Amino acid sequence: MTNIAISAKGLIVKKGKQCILNELDFVVKSGTVTGLIGPSGSGKTTLMRSIIGVQKCKGELSVLGNPAGHKSLRKSIGYVTQSPAVYPDLTVQQNLRYFATLVRSDKMDVKRVIDTVRLTDQRNQVAGSLSGGQMARVSLAVALLGRPELLVLDEPTVGLDPVLRNELWDLFAELASEGRTLLISSHVMDEAARCENLLLLRDGKLLWKDSLKKLLAATKKNDVGGAFVTMINAAEKAEKMGKK
Amino acid sequence: MKYHIKATFGTTLRILRQLSHDHRTVAMIFLVPIILLSLLRWMYDDNQMIFNLIAPALLGIFPFVIMFIITSITTLRERTGGTMERLMALPIGRLDLVLGYMLAFGLLAIIQAVLASAVLLWGLGLEIEGPAWFLLTMAVADALLGTALGVFVSAFARTEFQAVQFMPALIFPQFLLCGLILPLNQLPDILEATAYFLPLTYAVEALQTVVSNTEVTGEAWRDLFVVLCFAVGAVLLGALTLRRRTK
Repeated sequence: MTNIAISAKGLIVKKGKQCILNELDFVVKSGTVTGLIGPSGSGKTTLMRSIIGVQKCKGELSVLGNPAGHKSLRKSIGYVTQSPAVYPDLTVQQNLRYFATLVRSDKMDVKRVIDTVRLTDQRNQVAGSLSGGQMARVSLAVALLGRPELLVLDEPTVGLDPVLRNELWDLFAELASEGRTLLISSHVMDEAARCENLLLLRDGKLLWKDSLKKLLAATKKNDVGGAFVTMINAAEKAEKMGKK
Repeated sequence: MKYHIKATFGTTLRILRQLSHDHRTVAMIFLVPIILLSLLRWMYDDNQMIFNLIAPALLGIFPFVIMFIITSITTLRERTGGTMERLMALPIGRLDLVLGYMLAFGLLAIIQAVLASAVLLWGLGLEIEGPAWFLLTMAVADALLGTALGVFVSAFARTEFQAVQFMPALIFPQFLLCGLILPLNQLPDILEATAYFLPLTYAVEALQTVVSNTEVTGEAWRDLFVVLCFAVGAVLLGALTLRRRTK
């Protein structure tokens, strides 16, 4: 059993002439919660799509011991897109039963994930009639089906109230303690504080790829938000110096 | 293999469930062809001969057009709504998905064709020499062709507005050239040759031969075969247009 879930070397994604991801090197350890943070447009979603295997990329990217996009990975990755990718004209339960068939899971599993995201009372409601936060939870439930080894979650807590947000982060920590690996993007700083490790992305480049503790020590700040701003300001300064 | 069958039927069931929440669409799929055929009967109330000529051809064209539009929009929605990306990251095969679509819409097409044929034969007094089952088979084959083409062309549309316009862009020329408006041998040579590359030409030809021949002719079987070949080709192309990875 390897303890590296994701490793990238010289990972590049170009769309037209624009370089979305610029030679990224990083590793994500198994059984950890890693936060992917960065301003919007920094390439977070593109990086996640590359790991899932739906985005063409150059360089080395290995996921759970296989090259990204490998057929065998489709069973072992749970993916939540930014906008909830579920069928709005099906009920919560019908949505999950369909995806359960595709990931070779069963009715018990459907019941389990509905309970996990606390939608038991809404299970027979059409997804399109749910609130934004509830719909996001349906999407999360789909990703939990079949207990995948790696969960890649693109802003899974957007539109959720603080109580529910907290509950979900407890869930993420619990999943990690079971040995699962989670890569979670967020732009909410107090959420980043709940991640063991952080990947700080800006303009397709990684500004930080180490533990939260070390980031706070390095920037001499006591909150992630402050550390984040310090890192970005430093990067901007360096760029200006370079141009001069 | 067992998984592929489960994934295909699972997809079929999912699409039918989605439609079951949309009563108006289902009602329209079944009723619109019947209403249009009734209108045609009324128009040609005094002219049984022309009704006998046009009505069977329309029995092939309506399901073809309706299934084409519904499938292309459903598939496009899946592509734009993000569920296609999710599916492509799951173990489901691309062909499983397209076949799931074909089965779901094929089932609707069969019901639609049975209802329309029954009304046409016993309600509106269509007189045909040939067997009714062939009329029905041909109508279902046309609907399947429309479904397959719908999945295929949705890959080339970015928005629903574009998808809707594929109907006039791809279906109208076939309708004009299929031999219903002007017999093929009266078309300019190049257009006549072109017509033989278009599936609807064969569909209409087969439906018209059922009216005047007591037996299913070799020509009619050939036409059915050609329509099904076009459908299979479109299914395979449709599966190929589903990309797991985007640039």
